[in-house]
Amino acid sequence: MYSYDTEVSELAENVVSVNVGPSHPAMHGTLRVKLQLAGEKVLACEQEIGFLHTGFEKLGEHHSFNQFITVTDRMNYLSPLNNNIGYALAVEELLGIEVPRRGQVIRTILAEMSRIADHIFCVGLMTMDLGAFSSVLWTMIEREKLYDIFEATTGTRLTTSYTRVGGLAFDLPEGFEARTRQIMDTCEQTLGQLRDSFVNNKIFLDRTQGVGVITKDQALSFGLSGPVARASGVPLDQRAYRPYLVYPELDFSVPLHEEGDCLARYLIRIDELEQSIAMVRQALKLLEPGPINHESAKRILPSKDLVYRDMESLIHHFKVVMPGQDHGIHPPKAELYSSTEAPNGELGFFLVSDGSHSAYRMRVRSPSFYNYQLLSHILPGHMVSDLVAILGSMNVIAGELDR
Amino acid sequence: MGNALIVFDPTTGPPIAQRVQAQFEGRLLRGYQEGLQQGFDVTAEVAPSLLAFLRNDLGCTCLVDLTAVDYAKYPEAQPARFGVIYILLCPETGARVKVRAFVADSAPRLATAVPLFAGADWAEREVFDFFGIVFEGHPNLKRILLPDGYRDHPLRKGYPLRGKGERADFEVYRAFTG
Repeated sequence: MYSYDTEVSELAENVVSVNVGPSHPAMHGTLRVKLQLAGEKVLACEQEIGFLHTGFEKLGEHHSFNQFITVTDRMNYLSPLNNNIGYALAVEELLGIEVPRRGQVIRTILAEMSRIADHIFCVGLMTMDLGAFSSVLWTMIEREKLYDIFEATTGTRLTTSYTRVGGLAFDLPEGFEARTRQIMDTCEQTLGQLRDSFVNNKIFLDRTQGVGVITKDQALSFGLSGPVARASGVPLDQRAYRPYLVYPELDFSVPLHEEGDCLARYLIRIDELEQSIAMVRQALKLLEPGPINHESAKRILPSKDLVYRDMESLIHHFKVVMPGQDHGIHPPKAELYSSTEAPNGELGFFLVSDGSHSAYRMRVRSPSFYNYQLLSHILPGHMVSDLVAILGSMNVIAGELDR
Repeated sequence: MGNALIVFDPTTGPPIAQRVQAQFEGRLLRGYQEGLQQGFDVTAEVAPSLLAFLRNDLGCTCLVDLTAVDYAKYPEAQPARFGVIYILLCPETGARVKVRAFVADSAPRLATAVPLFAGADWAEREVFDFFGIVFEGHPNLKRILLPDGYRDHPLRKGYPLRGKGERADFEVYRAFTG
């Protein structure tokens, strides 16, 4: 059993074993890294995970398909909307249905806004980890504004649970477009500030340039994805090569860096933020009136307003919610791996359906799990303080790691 | 920054299905197409050579995911109780391949994929932790998310949602409950 009495122990002459985490001010969540140090230099490193393990995959085998949406919120708590959308798309693919046009556009806009909220806070935290403080407040202000919009749209700030299988919980609130355009403008200003303050800052460059280098081969072999892989020269972005929702209609480019160090991972997030802001502006123009939910009344939860007023909808609500072979959503017996581009990388859902109202097996392929295991391969040779820079640049989320 | 949009057409990649079928004549249990993804079912013995062929000869150098399914209660009969699933990606063409290796119920064992894909390390540990499937040749096969002294494999079918009382083994729990 782990004991804090053994947190620091002398192994051999000048070699000290130190635990960083699972509860440490410099750690991003409940992560634990066991370090072997010679002075300030890291000789070896081993990560231990599982301090948060909540058994989401087991829950997926017992929750109905709509109930599991609330669980997806809690995996990556910086961008729950991306998890909601990725999961809903996987179940819809299993059912063979597609959300109407307006629903798709709304999902795209919110996925990108959620990516902005995630990336901007990640770069803010990274600068804070490296000694700057005001910058994290700038980014937090932007995130708060985005959360205000999420609250107006979904009813909550953090655990949004906004999607439903085959659609969305509610339509957009009044004034959504104008408010979003305004926030995109201020986000752009903050991005400019972040660039100006850090890209030519000697202290920041010294702490990030050439630190924690991941080569392209390593990135591929370890199955890395998202900004961490693209900072190492892997030109893969599912919004481009396996497009879903209305991404094929948007004009954007995939930012790419070759260096693979912490600075490249910082810059790529800034570049992606610019792209996302442009994508939100383009997608807003695609918004047209129309239905947001799929028409199949026997599979899709009716809107709450109708359930309260209309007998037919009440019956459908009952049929969709109640478990049992005669009720609810019953996908065909099939297996399916469906993935989307979440802010941290490829978020995949591997669903096995046995024809019942819940999944027979629910597997979540989370980007943090594959990204984080590389740490013990790149950290040796660096200083202890570099651990903070590398972790900050990888944006490891404990909820996504442990699921 | 400013690179052109990278778009792949998975159908223009190397004809993976044909090459695999020619190479593994008679040794595949099944080959199928799921949307844009090709899938192959094999036995545990054939899986390592198929993975090596896909990686070395067909360019599927990226392991996207590795997981397992316990088919003990699945309504349709499967060749064996456990299926270990590999999702591979060919970074050049964007093509995806799914390999399903069936592992028998009694003392489930399978060769490790770590020499081929470094990323299989933690994923195999996770499958070992939750399903009890042993990956032979794995450099560090121990539990990853659950405590080392845990007695069961919770994602096997038949393991109850509320657990089997393992919490009583934890020192911290005993300290609080006396």
